Amino acid sequence: MKTPVSSIFLVLLASVIGSFGAVFLKLGAERLRYGLRHALNAKLVTGILLYIGSSIPFIMGIRNGELSVLYPMVSLGYVCAMVWSRLFFKEPITPGKIGALVMIIAGIVSISAGR
Amino acid sequence: MSPVTALPPTEVKRSNKPIFLVAASTGFAAAAQIMMKFGAGHPMPKIDLAHPATIIALALAILTNAPLFFGYSMNAGMAVLLILALKDGQLSILYPIISLSYVWVNLLSMYFFHEHMNLFKAIGIALIIGGVGLLGKVSSRE
Repeated sequence: MKTPVSSIFLVLLASVIGSFGAVFLKLGAERLRYGLRHALNAKLVTGILLYIGSSIPFIMGIRNGELSVLYPMVSLGYVCAMVWSRLFFKEPITPGKIGALVMIIAGIVSISAGR
Repeated sequence: MSPVTALPPTEVKRSNKPIFLVAASTGFAAAAQIMMKFGAGHPMPKIDLAHPATIIALALAILTNAPLFFGYSMNAGMAVLLILALKDGQLSILYPIISLSYVWVNLLSMYFFHEHMNLFKAIGIALIIGGVGLLGKVSSRE
């Protein structure tokens, strides 16, 4: 079974959308520090919608192709999230974080290969 | 102003609580995936937009499909824990922890769907747990 390029593209797209969803969830979640009455703010809702929305290209993508190839593509979202964290929240990118990310991505690749 | 008070609250707090919240949320995520797999096995009526009754039939089928309904509820639970964690924790540390759900899904699938463990899966699970552990260390140091 071969994995179509369109499936790879859809899963990568879903991962990037999901990583933006996480950015908006973080922006919205920080408002909760001022009390739970801020629970329903536009940023949090945007984050949730992006998260739900990301499942659409993901499901379309995994319909055709090998899951052992497609599942590790989700890792792009973790890399993106780390870059966005640096850009939007000034979080430092440290050797420890990079090492952990490499381990996690290698783990996902290995699990997917074992399926 | 001292350098400590100048830091944003995210970097002042060194609690591991957000990490445990995300780790717990991956339990919900894994349970949701298992439930949805069970739910996907239920027969679903086809929808035909020309006949509104078929849309109602599909909505009813989803609402009365208990595993699917619980699956969605678990996903909502996951979102709540993730949001509570992101309130105080660093996104770059918390987001990759979601990968723990791969570990739970693989272990739960052995029980529920009689999938077998193999060397690749075992190494993968060990690497993910090691990576998440490293993130835990990073968050208590930085």
